[in-house]
Amino acid sequence: MNWAEIGTYAAAVFLLVGALFTLVGAIGLLRFNDAMTRLHAPTKVGTVGIGALLLASMTASFVFGEGSFHELLIMAFLFVTAPISANFMSKVNIHRKTCVPPPVPPHGETWSTLVKDEIDQVPTGTQS
Amino acid sequence: MTRLFNWLFPHPAMTLILAIVWIILQNDLSYGMAVFGLILGIIIPRMTAVWWPDRPSGFKIGKMTAYVILVMWDIMVANVQVAWIVLTRPNSKLRPAWIIIPLDLRQPEAITVLAGTITLTPGTVSADVSNTGHYLLVHALDAPDPDAVRDEIKQRYEARLKEIFV
Repeated sequence: MNWAEIGTYAAAVFLLVGALFTLVGAIGLLRFNDAMTRLHAPTKVGTVGIGALLLASMTASFVFGEGSFHELLIMAFLFVTAPISANFMSKVNIHRKTCVPPPVPPHGETWSTLVKDEIDQVPTGTQS
Repeated sequence: MTRLFNWLFPHPAMTLILAIVWIILQNDLSYGMAVFGLILGIIIPRMTAVWWPDRPSGFKIGKMTAYVILVMWDIMVANVQVAWIVLTRPNSKLRPAWIIIPLDLRQPEAITVLAGTITLTPGTVSADVSNTGHYLLVHALDAPDPDAVRDEIKQRYEARLKEIFV
């Protein structure tokens, strides 16, 4: 076994793991019946699924090519942006009431998505 | 001297991150690229410092690294658990729940990192904050005991973030 062979097998294993998790994410997206539970599936794909696929790409590039660290950046940007889009989608769900309505927070506060008046809106973190 | 340092590096961690991102983007670790990355890392935070008025003054990079490794590990473990739930649990036996997490964190940056962590760890998605930013709304895919999930998030992630952002 030389390095090229080990690299090939490692990349193949990572590809399989990534494909498996992506498949599970797609199945989850299809079979859950509530808008909020369905949102859980894509967040899974975004983390381990894509992560394993990128790891496969990185392994292959180091074994057969010049080697590349671009995948680390893709992963980092993905990890930063995935929660934002998930947050937007859940906000839309709450706003359009396409899911089970969330419980009201204690002490007379409201969820910022459901705030009606501009006056009610206090910027986060300025009050303590 | 410290004033000059603060003027030149309003955000030292950001300077470092920008320099590293530039070097990785170029895929070329040479002195030229490192210097150019450092120049970008000085110019960009300097020019955008106006828009970071209340940035956290203390930020522990060492503890943040440990936190990132912990979260990575949690993501992998939780992913397998959730994949199992997706493949084996029928919809009727799924117990999705809304969880309200009272926040001890006050800085918007720290709350953002916590919300991002909650979304990335499978099984939970952070959906909203309350209008004063004192409560976080989290949706759990399968939570037989919502209080246990809340306590785990508070102990495992929030307590660590409180030490990182001081």
